[in-house]
Amino acid sequence: MTLLPAAPRPAREYRQVAERVRTGGDQTAAAELNRISTEVRRSIITMIERAKLGHIGGDLSVTDILVTCFYAVLSVDPEQPDWERRDRFVLSKGHCAAALYSTLAHCGFFDTGELATFMAPLSALNGHPNKVKVPGVETNTGALGHGLPVATGCAVGAKLDGASWRTVVVMGDGELQEGSNWEAAMAASHQGLSNLTAVIDRNRLQQGARTEDTNRLEPLAERWHSFGWEVREVDGHDHLALRAALRGSDTGKPVVVIANTIKGKGVSFMEDRVEWHHKVPTSEQVEAALAELAR
Amino acid sequence: MTVLEQQATFDCRQAFAEELSALARQDERIVAICNDSVGSSNLVGFREEFPDRLINVGIAEQELVGLAAGLANAGKIPFVCAAAPFLTGRALEQIKADVAYSEAHVVLCGQSPGMAYGELGPTHHSIEDLSWVRAVANLDVIVPADPVQTRLAVRWAAASSRPSYLRIPRFKVPAVTPADAPFEPRRAVLLRDGDDVTVIAIGSLTSRALQAADRLSEEGVSVRVLNMPFIEPLDLDSVLAAARETRGIVTAEEATISGGLGAAVAAAVVTNHPAPMRILGVPRVFAPTGDTAFLLDHFGLSADGIAEAVRSLLSHG
Repeated sequence: MTLLPAAPRPAREYRQVAERVRTGGDQTAAAELNRISTEVRRSIITMIERAKLGHIGGDLSVTDILVTCFYAVLSVDPEQPDWERRDRFVLSKGHCAAALYSTLAHCGFFDTGELATFMAPLSALNGHPNKVKVPGVETNTGALGHGLPVATGCAVGAKLDGASWRTVVVMGDGELQEGSNWEAAMAASHQGLSNLTAVIDRNRLQQGARTEDTNRLEPLAERWHSFGWEVREVDGHDHLALRAALRGSDTGKPVVVIANTIKGKGVSFMEDRVEWHHKVPTSEQVEAALAELAR
Repeated sequence: MTVLEQQATFDCRQAFAEELSALARQDERIVAICNDSVGSSNLVGFREEFPDRLINVGIAEQELVGLAAGLANAGKIPFVCAAAPFLTGRALEQIKADVAYSEAHVVLCGQSPGMAYGELGPTHHSIEDLSWVRAVANLDVIVPADPVQTRLAVRWAAASSRPSYLRIPRFKVPAVTPADAPFEPRRAVLLRDGDDVTVIAIGSLTSRALQAADRLSEEGVSVRVLNMPFIEPLDLDSVLAAARETRGIVTAEEATISGGLGAAVAAAVVTNHPAPMRILGVPRVFAPTGDTAFLLDHFGLSADGIAEAVRSLLSHG
């Protein structure tokens, strides 16, 4: 199977919305980013309902981060996914593929109709993203602790070329328990990768329990600081705050944005509840969720 | 002593490093990545000539391979140079997910493979690497037998656009590759024709297979010797021709018998044209203390051991 084709009309709309978000003032930006995030959340619910599989809690916690990245920060062209000077975006927490696919489809990387095939037999939309099939995916993730090392390579490559494109990687908080991240954190700092931004979706829950009850991450900001990173902490559901935090490095160091989020954000009965890591909602719950997300 | 035994022998890391530098002069996309292995991968010259294009991540193999995949994404052709046991054992999931599954054009160069680190023991031996990397889809597996094949492997891997694993010998080997030998996937190198038994050998065992053929020739046994620089994808045609045209096949490799060359040949033979085989390698044990030459002899990976396997095959089928 080859790469899914771009969807020209959504891609045009994406360019227009992204332009408004970037030039239309804070109020416009906030309104647009909110609107798109709600649409993406609604798609996620529908995709998981249909597939009867998925990681709904993390999808909903990372949605505002994804939408802010693609609409307000990254320089990408959905109709030219392999454009050499594009910014690189890596979703290290690959289990939140539904949120990524929904965002990419809204941007026009492929047709939104494709979302209905999520995890169906032979779909391009596997349970974890595959760059060979899905445009906008830079590396295949799913096994945790892989995104940051690959992102450091992208950033080193840009530096070698003296290129101005940047690399943004979004990680889960639980996955920070993987040692590979800390190998990469050391290397990124040593290599002076000021063109690299890591965002941590800090929802404080992992599959089985709270992160702090499983293998403590705190003091998280101090840990990153001690590894030589510029640390920013932000409300991960505040689009404008996220946008500001996603600006380039102020210090010449790699930047980590600790985005404090709520797992299951936007659906009251899923919020901050460990069981919604990968539980599938009943049809009544789907109806209730979509009703909340219509407001 | 045969003529072969009097030949000069070579550490292929030198040919590897020279060819990589030559390639880097021609193609600015070539970069080398290592894990504190500048010396052991023979990259001192590369570092002097291309200081910006040698990235040393320190002792961090997951970062080593992940970073290489990212460099490939950025349009570079990364050669990852690291001791084979740590490259494959420590970073196998990165090899699978970031390189092979992601179709990243990364060249993984396993240095000092097999039992090249002899006395340092099983932590430093890389006898499992062929089994591990063979199990990963979309990854070419190349085992050069001498400096000529080492240079060809470097060139081929850079030009192919596919992910590959190169196993660069450290144990000194004589030159075995004829001047006009092919070097491409699914192509064995016919080193000697014969019709009694076929020996298929890779890497350090190739010259030993030729020595065994010499000895057996004196006994009137005609041995076909094939060298198989590409284990994946394998030259099925040559394997099946050997199964049809000779009375059996002996494979020889400096690796565990669980999953390497012998396993690949056996699967092809038993599926398509069953024939008697002997699979020479390290049985499922950790090696005792000893230098490389001692260990190879200890496990029967010698001219005598190969000749004995051929005789056994002829006697017992």
